[in-house]
Amino acid sequence: MNPMKIAVCIKPVPSPDHYHQVGIDPETKTLIRQGTPTVINPLDKNALEAALQIREKHGGVVAVVSMAPPFAEENLREALAMGADEAYLLSDRAFAGSDTLATSMVLAAAVKKLGPVDLVLTGNESADGGTAQVSAQLGEWLGYPHLMHACGLEVMEEGLIRVDTARENCRVVYRVKLPAVVSVVRTINRPRFTSLMGVIAAGKKPLTVWSCEDLPVDRCFLGLEGSPTKAGDIYQPDLSRRCELLDVPPEEIAGAILQKIRAAGLQL
Amino acid sequence: MDFSFSKEQDLLRKTVREFVEAEVAPMAAVWDEEDHCPVDVFKKMGELGFAGVFVPAEYGGAGLGYTERAIILEEIARHSAGLAMFLMTHHLGVAAILEFGGEDQKKKYLPDLASGRKIAGLSVTEPTGGSDLGNHQTTGELVDGWWVLNGRKCFASNSHLAQVTIVTARTGTDDKGRQSLTAFIVEGGNPGFAPGRKENKFGLRVSIMGDLVLNNCRVGPESILGGEGRGQRVALSIISEVGRAGMSAISLGLLRACLEDMVRFAKERKLYGKPISSLQAIQFSIAETKVDYEAARLLTYRALALKDAKQRCDVELAMAKYFSTEAVVKAAKRNMDNMGGYGVLNDYPAGRYLRDGLAGLPSAGTSNIMKIIVAASALA
Repeated sequence: MNPMKIAVCIKPVPSPDHYHQVGIDPETKTLIRQGTPTVINPLDKNALEAALQIREKHGGVVAVVSMAPPFAEENLREALAMGADEAYLLSDRAFAGSDTLATSMVLAAAVKKLGPVDLVLTGNESADGGTAQVSAQLGEWLGYPHLMHACGLEVMEEGLIRVDTARENCRVVYRVKLPAVVSVVRTINRPRFTSLMGVIAAGKKPLTVWSCEDLPVDRCFLGLEGSPTKAGDIYQPDLSRRCELLDVPPEEIAGAILQKIRAAGLQL
Repeated sequence: MDFSFSKEQDLLRKTVREFVEAEVAPMAAVWDEEDHCPVDVFKKMGELGFAGVFVPAEYGGAGLGYTERAIILEEIARHSAGLAMFLMTHHLGVAAILEFGGEDQKKKYLPDLASGRKIAGLSVTEPTGGSDLGNHQTTGELVDGWWVLNGRKCFASNSHLAQVTIVTARTGTDDKGRQSLTAFIVEGGNPGFAPGRKENKFGLRVSIMGDLVLNNCRVGPESILGGEGRGQRVALSIISEVGRAGMSAISLGLLRACLEDMVRFAKERKLYGKPISSLQAIQFSIAETKVDYEAARLLTYRALALKDAKQRCDVELAMAKYFSTEAVVKAAKRNMDNMGGYGVLNDYPAGRYLRDGLAGLPSAGTSNIMKIIVAASALA
């Protein structure tokens, strides 16, 4: 079997320890992440782990790709430390504010530029936006078959993989011809811990930055202006709680509680 | 002056933290309560390079330095100072072989130790005292080409776990009639060498500590580390530079634990309708702990920058060890004070921080010994 080239798309997302620092831009309705420490989107780590396991078994090259501001170099170095062979950061001011369609278009352009890629892996969704749209859109841009919710992945023979996908009460198993795009869920594996040797090696692995100029993408379809998705409204729900004492005789308490619940909008 | 860590060191800290939060933090209280030393976790740490962080790659290590070692120990101690103590002690044995061993000894021992396949220890202290190196009772006698060791070591960390232990023994006297010590590498399984009493400590409980008994323990001349009669140099160098650095780093982890827990509790606990973080008395104790942490951090990492630059750093490490270990006790007490009744419950780690802090005071030399070293330097 020939060694495979696998591209793994990763996204930096706000570190859960700093969620309180993440705000929403009232004008653009996008998340304000500036200054918030980031981590690799957890499911993207599962995707990277899946890629590394395939490479360890069948040989090949694992390339990580991310469209993000320059600070994401740190996240890509972490992916290299975990075991990826090469990293590509797609970074340009023109990309800022891109929706999933624009993002997947840029990612697809980068994957094409990598040369013949056998498999593209992503996390099923991101921990911040959580749209779960990018992998399917990526498949469409590339013209590859795409599958979501992968909880199992195995190379069967040259150019053919078996993908187990998780459903609510069952698994659906597919045999997929490569190249393909597959997005994975948490149960597919447990991402490995990064070793000190990996950290040292990461500094010597190639990390390439591509701007808008380096990719065959139309600026008209990039960024906030070029994105068809327009958020209608985004707000933070009021999660405040209050305590109310019901000063009624014991035999009327149940009725009073029901009345309060119905008044709050719950039809019992 | 550049006080920042390199990008590589930042990434290393992040990856170590991920490991610790996943594999250590959830079990730290249980290990402490049961005084259980998780050797399986040590093996995982070995696979990740922690056990041989400062060992060159040619001997199977990660090839980093003592600064990186401190980062690892700090991150582990943030959740389990006892586990960090276990690793710290292993490093003492590893460092002794790395810094004083011959090429054959390095090739024989370091690959297994650096990868965590074997556990190391260093045992100097005897019932007559740890700092009184001139009054060793353990003897080493050359008989028919073998060194025969007899004596008892006490307060030996990793006593019941180490497969490779460096022990010191009196092997003669020097020109001035003073005891001449020699360091020996003793392997587990030697019929004359066995762990004795295991101590029941109130702090740093995960780390095993006890006696080691040498009863006609025969070792070959190839076991001598650093040369005959140079045992005092081996012991002092490793304890003062690697041991004190380790205790300082462990203290940093404990200080950060106290600080983070104090902040979280102060924000969550409400009195008079407001979080207690709004009370100045609480703010002052948080500020004192923050300053202690930052000062200990600067002292420790500055001393380690000297160590990694192969410059003399014994006084700097004595200052760091003295300040940071004492600061932990104060910070842990503040943490308990702020928590009121909750502070004495074992449901919270506050009591463990105080116990670990107190247990760290005598390790690698008491505060008074540190002050003697610092004063000698100031008065020189």
